[in-house]
Amino acid sequence: MSLYDRPEPYLALAAFLFAAGVYGLLRRRTLIGMLIAGELIFSAASLNFVALNRFAAPEPAQGQVFVLFIMGLAAAEVAIALSVVIAVYRNYRSIEADELAELRG
Amino acid sequence: MTPIAEGIFVLCAAMTAAGALIAALSRRVIRSVCGLALCCLGLAGLYYFLRSPFLALMEVLIYVGAVCVTIAFAIMLAEPDEPEARTARQVSRRWGALALVVGAALLAGLLSLSLGHPWPAPAPRPSEGSVAAIGLALLTTYSVPFELISLVLLVAILGALGIARTGRHAA
Repeated sequence: MSLYDRPEPYLALAAFLFAAGVYGLLRRRTLIGMLIAGELIFSAASLNFVALNRFAAPEPAQGQVFVLFIMGLAAAEVAIALSVVIAVYRNYRSIEADELAELRG
Repeated sequence: MTPIAEGIFVLCAAMTAAGALIAALSRRVIRSVCGLALCCLGLAGLYYFLRSPFLALMEVLIYVGAVCVTIAFAIMLAEPDEPEARTARQVSRRWGALALVVGAALLAGLLSLSLGHPWPAPAPRPSEGSVAAIGLALLTTYSVPFELISLVLLVAILGALGIARTGRHAA
């Protein structure tokens, strides 16, 4: 059986994407960097959905429909997050996450 | 036929992994957007290998064509490069080590879960997930979430416009 007809490579790659996304989310100090890391986590979830749908679920269209919904939500999230980033940059002249501490008690 | 397809598969997987590494590690944000685009191109190839060509097309269209371009615009409007650490070097390094440990632990756990036991052979399926099947599922079984997604997108666009407009004259 060839490499691409088994679920293991896909699941391993999805695990790697998720780990890279979590690492970036913790490591980054700017809002846009965190947003990109979040997109990596979304991609990991999508890849898992499609792979398990291909290899373990009998209904062929279900996983693809879910991933389409994930893509729509990700697009909406990016639009909102980037407009927040622009607004924050206008007010603070910086989008470093540590500086947004006005509400700290 | 099969060795060529396997080579293309390995290429796609390597593109995805390399793009994710660039996106997570590089110091300049524009490079990490390019890494995200590379990762999404590789993912589109993987979706093709998973017999979902429609998803591959949508991945390229939405992620590479819309999400990455939008992030690039935001980068041009703000100054998002990772700043030099102002906190003590010790604290920053400790934080980085903590992030690395958490990422490695997640990777190891997920890998042991997904590779630890043999997967059953793929079940025979009555039909392939063609575009027609996806369209039918979207308009019958999933019609309510489909309409909700369109509402969410509309609200998101209006909200993004509203948020990005405020404070425009104050600056």
